[in-house]
Amino acid sequence: MRSIRVAAIGAVTLSLALAVSACGGGSSTAGGGGSNDSPKTLTYWASNQGASITVDKKVLKPELDKFEKQTGIRVKLEVIPWSELLNRILTATTSGQGPDVLNIGNTWSASLQASGALLPWDDKNFDSIGGKDRFVDSALGSTGVKGEDPAAVPLYSMAYALYYNKKMFADAGISKPPATWDELVADGKKISKGGKWGLGAEGANLSENIHQVFVFAKQHGADFFTADGKPDFTSEGAVTAIKDYVDLMAKDKIIAPGNAEYAQNQSLSDFAKGKTAMILWQTASATLTSLGMKDDEWGVAPAPVRSGTPGTGTSVNSMVAGINLAVFKNTDNHDGALKFVKFMTSDAEQKTLNKAYGSIPPVKAAQSDSAFNTQATAALRDTLAKSAEALPQVADESQFETSVGTAVKELFADAAAGRPVTTESVKAKLEKAQQQMPAK
Amino acid sequence: MTTTTATAKTDGRTESAGSTPGAARGPRRPGRIRRIGLPYLLLLPALVLELLVHLVPMVMGILMSFKALTRFSIRDWGAAPWSGFDNYKISVDFNAPAGEALLHSFWVTCGFTVLSVGLCWLLGTATAIFLQDTFRGRGLLRALFLVPYALPVYAAVITWAFMFQHDNGLVNHVLHDQLGLTDKPSFWLIGDNSFIALLTVSVWKGWPFAFLVVMAGLQNIPKELYEAAALDGAGMWQQIRRITLPSLAPVNQVLVLVLFLWTFNDFNTPYVLFGKAAPEAADLISIHVYQTTFATWNFGTGSAMSVLLLLFLLVVTGGYLLLTSRRRKTADV
Repeated sequence: MRSIRVAAIGAVTLSLALAVSACGGGSSTAGGGGSNDSPKTLTYWASNQGASITVDKKVLKPELDKFEKQTGIRVKLEVIPWSELLNRILTATTSGQGPDVLNIGNTWSASLQASGALLPWDDKNFDSIGGKDRFVDSALGSTGVKGEDPAAVPLYSMAYALYYNKKMFADAGISKPPATWDELVADGKKISKGGKWGLGAEGANLSENIHQVFVFAKQHGADFFTADGKPDFTSEGAVTAIKDYVDLMAKDKIIAPGNAEYAQNQSLSDFAKGKTAMILWQTASATLTSLGMKDDEWGVAPAPVRSGTPGTGTSVNSMVAGINLAVFKNTDNHDGALKFVKFMTSDAEQKTLNKAYGSIPPVKAAQSDSAFNTQATAALRDTLAKSAEALPQVADESQFETSVGTAVKELFADAAAGRPVTTESVKAKLEKAQQQMPAK
Repeated sequence: MTTTTATAKTDGRTESAGSTPGAARGPRRPGRIRRIGLPYLLLLPALVLELLVHLVPMVMGILMSFKALTRFSIRDWGAAPWSGFDNYKISVDFNAPAGEALLHSFWVTCGFTVLSVGLCWLLGTATAIFLQDTFRGRGLLRALFLVPYALPVYAAVITWAFMFQHDNGLVNHVLHDQLGLTDKPSFWLIGDNSFIALLTVSVWKGWPFAFLVVMAGLQNIPKELYEAAALDGAGMWQQIRRITLPSLAPVNQVLVLVLFLWTFNDFNTPYVLFGKAAPEAADLISIHVYQTTFATWNFGTGSAMSVLLLLFLLVVTGGYLLLTSRRRKTADV
């Protein structure tokens, strides 16, 4: 009896020790750099850019075949939904078992850069894909912390613009799209009656909230981070900015209260159904078509500013939205991965891919194509070139999105329930958000 | 694995040795070892797998909770700096925001669990008792009541999320448009009502299990007891109180414990219903830990919170089992 117990304890200890050492072994290889051990294959994680994952596969497959013909490297494609992408990247980072090349949301660049999982794009690496100056500056501004080698290269660029329903505008007697917030509120009030609403919003979508309040803050001359990267959420400008945004529902009542719980692009389908007359969106054209809206039913205008025309400084009217292409540092096909990035950022591929997704190429030479000068794309291209600014490039960016995004979500919930949204209540929420940020 | 083969070998060898004369004491011991050892031997594969699948990750989690594991170190987390009890201090410092939020989430979870388990048990037991008498359509009803339990969680909860929508949801359509019970359509997925929404889905999803288990338990109560009670003039209510419930006690002991653990740890329901950031009123602890860990990339603190949760559940489970089995023992005497 006793010997059995001893044996059992021995077995337990042994298997524990084995398992622990096995895991330890795994993580130590994760610390290693890249190699060229399997030069014939690449794994590519693409983000979901089209209307569905099937659409993405259809767009990308022929291009990957082209790449294989040119280089003999076979690319295994996996399209990953947005809801999972960041978790998958984190898992890959911890385990070291990741793709060779992957798409990342450009706002994650600095956070992922801090993890050290991505290949830094020093001059040598940039030279291998034709040099840094092939890319538009604003897009390069969203590839990592300033002064460090970028963690990724820009792949698709997007910007916010105001999409409006031409018929609803005409019915309300509005002749041209609003250029300032005051005009937008006035127009919105004319439209918001009888079950129809002026503006749509995704009140429960944390990232969307961040994108909007970032621009509002810029227009009030405020930033959510100090120059040395410390969170600064409670400045007067930031509080006013967030209150202004939520007031579109709370005070001006041009956003339907129901939008407070939207997080899955319901506002886009409301727009397509003619329930709301305006939305602020990035590259909505392809989705609007798939929702059954004809191209002549909607118009695009630059997103509003407080006064004057969009530009830099307090006249910024969009974040630099977009997708970056990154190489996993411990890839086992380092040279092949660089070749693939070169292929994806080549002028020809940039035109094909950005056309298919309705986005703007971050590669200067590709922008001249007439496809990027249509009603849908001209406003976006202009905004990117003149009046878009990158979200804060700090390692804590993802925490910022979660904490401040949640604060805005809760304020929308207050507004929807008819509870007052005051400067004090906004400030209190932002104080709480700031306390949740990691102490340094 | 080494032990398995070693024990088997010893067994085989002594068996053959047993046939040789002069080993009088030999055959008895291997026989005993085999008799006592066999159950252990049979359990060993399960034990090893249990260790690998359950305990090793748990040990990893406990190790992680003592490290300052953030985005800067996840790539090689073995090398992350040790931080002693810092993560625990952050988690239980109820005057600071992180600890305060955890405590709030803990109370929400406690309230939610008590209500959900209570309602699941009550509904399940009542239905099981009512369906004890044979009547036409009983089989159909029993099958129907088990449907929520058989549905895939994700599909079921996402359907509820649609029904709870403010503008087009079925719940508001019935409560507001048709019955006129509310002045204006209510929000169920944001704000304070989200607690009610969460509770509704949880009870809807959980009570069929209680129903199933109690129904099985009821089949074991001898009919004679009820007949005798009826002869003695006991009404239905008295029969339930004096016969049914006491006979169900052992079943209930396990049922309530299992429901408690499932509900307290429930992650799927709030995650599918509310997404990554649950409203404050429905901020269950599992989703809170998830948010701390993944949304803010603070794996050390997230692990510390998980360990605290584990300890709490261990204490409650241990205390509960101790209490209920002692009570049953005294009842048996």
